[in-house]
Amino acid sequence: MKNVYDVIVIGAGPAGLAAAIEAKKNGAGDVLIIERNDEPGGILLQCIHNGFGSVIFKKDLPGPAYAWNFIDEAQKAGIEMLFDTMVLDITHDRNIYATSKAGFSEFKAGAVVLAMGCRERTRAQIRIPGDRPAGVFTAGMVQRLVNVDGLMPGKNFVILGSGDIGMIMARRLTIEGASVIKVVELMPYLTGLRRNYVQCLQDFNIPLNLSTTINRIIGKKRVEAVETIRVDANMVPVAGTQEMIPCDSLLLSVGLIPENELSKKAGVNIDALTAGPVVDENMATNVPGIYAAGNVAAIYDLVDYVTKAGFLAGKNAALFARGISKPALNFISLKPGKDIRNVMPQKISAEAQTGGLFPVEMRVTREFHESAAIEIVEGDKVLLTEKVRYARPAEMLTTTVNGRELMAKVNKDTKELIVRITG
Amino acid sequence: MKNRYDIIIIGSGIVGSLIARYLSRYELDILVIEKEIDVGMCPSSANSAIIHAGYDPMPGTLKAEMNVEGNRLWHELAVELGIVFSQTGSLVVALADEDMCKISELYERGMDNGVTGMAIIDREELIRREPRINPQARAALWAPSAAVLDPFGAVLAAAENAVMNGVTYMFETKFEDFIFEGNRIIGVKTDKGDLFCRWAVNSAGLYSDEVAHKAGILRDMKITPRKGCYLIFDPEKITLNNVIFPVPSEKGKGILASTTTHGNVLIGPNNEECSDKEDISTTASGFEEVFSGAKKLVPSLELKNVIAQYSGIRATEREKKDFIIDIPPQVKGFVNLCAIDSPGFASSPAIALEVIELLKDAGEVLKEKSGWDPVRKPFPHFHRMSLEERTELVRKNPAYGRIVCRCEEVTEGEVLDAIHSPVPARTYDGIKRRTWLGTGRCQGAFDYPRVIQILAKELNIPEAEVTKKGRGSELIFRKTKI
Repeated sequence: MKNVYDVIVIGAGPAGLAAAIEAKKNGAGDVLIIERNDEPGGILLQCIHNGFGSVIFKKDLPGPAYAWNFIDEAQKAGIEMLFDTMVLDITHDRNIYATSKAGFSEFKAGAVVLAMGCRERTRAQIRIPGDRPAGVFTAGMVQRLVNVDGLMPGKNFVILGSGDIGMIMARRLTIEGASVIKVVELMPYLTGLRRNYVQCLQDFNIPLNLSTTINRIIGKKRVEAVETIRVDANMVPVAGTQEMIPCDSLLLSVGLIPENELSKKAGVNIDALTAGPVVDENMATNVPGIYAAGNVAAIYDLVDYVTKAGFLAGKNAALFARGISKPALNFISLKPGKDIRNVMPQKISAEAQTGGLFPVEMRVTREFHESAAIEIVEGDKVLLTEKVRYARPAEMLTTTVNGRELMAKVNKDTKELIVRITG
Repeated sequence: MKNRYDIIIIGSGIVGSLIARYLSRYELDILVIEKEIDVGMCPSSANSAIIHAGYDPMPGTLKAEMNVEGNRLWHELAVELGIVFSQTGSLVVALADEDMCKISELYERGMDNGVTGMAIIDREELIRREPRINPQARAALWAPSAAVLDPFGAVLAAAENAVMNGVTYMFETKFEDFIFEGNRIIGVKTDKGDLFCRWAVNSAGLYSDEVAHKAGILRDMKITPRKGCYLIFDPEKITLNNVIFPVPSEKGKGILASTTTHGNVLIGPNNEECSDKEDISTTASGFEEVFSGAKKLVPSLELKNVIAQYSGIRATEREKKDFIIDIPPQVKGFVNLCAIDSPGFASSPAIALEVIELLKDAGEVLKEKSGWDPVRKPFPHFHRMSLEERTELVRKNPAYGRIVCRCEEVTEGEVLDAIHSPVPARTYDGIKRRTWLGTGRCQGAFDYPRVIQILAKELNIPEAEVTKKGRGSELIFRKTKI
């Protein structure tokens, strides 16, 4: 086992695999992926439903099949992988400390790609009152138990959250013989993809109640019931609308949070809006030689875009490790404007003027049901615009920007561009 | 199965377990019976985690005497039992001018009770000690002898040391009644059968009134459960240096904001009715009350940084409002401990030693046994170790190299230690309380599937029998494919 690598990728999920593969393709000699799970694939291993690969492969694949395309390619390319190994620390100058049953390892990387993914928001974070019995789970936890470990953790479920994971688990649990009584959603709209509502809830006759949340969990040892309550337009619970639903399991699908504890250890700046690293158009963080891609940078809906981000990060990591590129020094901020919650990249380097295409990914704060336009503006001046058929908070919006074209239009004194949506 | 002991202790909370531990020094057959699946599952592990200095109880009460003596004893005990113990000191903060006489009163009370080292500090000194304190604060009572510890860790350490020295613990064994011979208690009836003893010790906490009634005494005494909830914050987002109290009221010490041995900020408790002694549910109104109360002390607290909540129940007795610790004259062979609410935890070592004195006074000849070892070495905590210590640990046992809980850096080795300890963890919560696994940001999402597998394997049970906290709290119903 070596200790020095050109590129080290943390995480063998879709972002990490893509980054490693593209790093190799761009001349990085020694590439290592460090993965805490006992096999590669990341979260895709438990996503046994279809819906992956429509953009990259023009196919509709289940998660593991999508992942195996890249795992195969990574293995053939001679990328090394360490499993059951947890990175404990990473320094500003790219020393990495990891632990496994084989003991401690210290690595030195020419460049690092952070691809640690995300974790789920917990019951405690949304402070659902009540008892603390067995039977309260997050959706991803149950997905792993059912799809990977072959264990069914309940019989009668109530699901909080109409995000994709919640809906997909509603279907999964039903197929595996459990009963999903109801899905409740705090917001007045569906927070996941429309197609999942049809294919997971409608097709399985699982009711969905919008503007409804869980008021209380009841059950001393195991969940015995949950009390739901309606909320008004300001998300305030409406007294008298409580409803008791007997059940033995509550599944929470209430949001994903990028996992950046390691990033912070390395001195990476985090954007409070994405909860991920502040990155430029090359997926470079503020720390020279450290890049980020995938859910660790911002929560994605479509893995195909995670893969593309991974390619971008991996390529640039390799160029940095080989000394071909230098850390950028001058940036223009890219800030979210009206109706935009967050934007990635958060900054564009001066080097973009000689660069190529890069994605600008964002989330809107409200629904746009008719055609809308994404605009990148400099003060009052619209520099770029792209029409979109619709926009929803639940679906990350991507527009591809030509760096050369954009930078040619930007005033050399401009420090900030705004991304907004009109419709 | 052995059913005859010298002493049977009813309840394995901090009081019961410390009595067991101190008594284990003598040549006695000691049994602790506990209705739950683990030690200290009731008030002993759901409290403010503070070893109070002792200025709060009224002078002349047992609470005052035991608190100050207990505080003193904890320092030595923590070292002997390998308990993480942090002498932070405590502050009672005067937020308004009218609070000033209250803190002077507490100072005087502390002096009467024998608390040492106290001082009244001004705003400048207060801000220096605790930069996050409300800048409106006028002054504070500073008591350097207060400390924080991990309450469950302390109960476990006492119990493990007791077991190491020959004490037997029987779990899932519920006291039902006493066995009398005339007016002498000669045994206890439990749901697992009859057990005989020369002395029975009532350390049943919330149920100590019911046990006393079964002994035929104190029929008018009643434990009224009062619930308090707590919120715990992400240590990456906010930390405090001290234990911070507001001035007390008739309801109690008030809603505090404290640091913990784990580095988190802990706020609470409020004081609300609960329907029964087993009702540890949290409430939305409880959260609001605790948050707004603590925010008066530490304005920079933000709800979005909360990572956990829990509730605990006080074993409150409203009449005497003092500890009941005695060998009642009407019943032979019975040591009665009731109404051990705050400052019960701080007082517990003194209470345990008092029980030994009571036994001696009652004619019990206590012969020291050779080979008694007061020292209990804690299991390794990977998270707290240096790189050198960790490397050595992993070399000795590779299981310490595999991280099972990512947020708290808990290894498989520690999970195995917990399952194979002298007072073993047999549930998910038991492992959680011993190792801190699952207490961090992700609240178990990463470790759950792994811990279920480890518990199933080590206990040689199917996954469907792995529980969160004992029978009835199974985590898995069945396999998906039969």
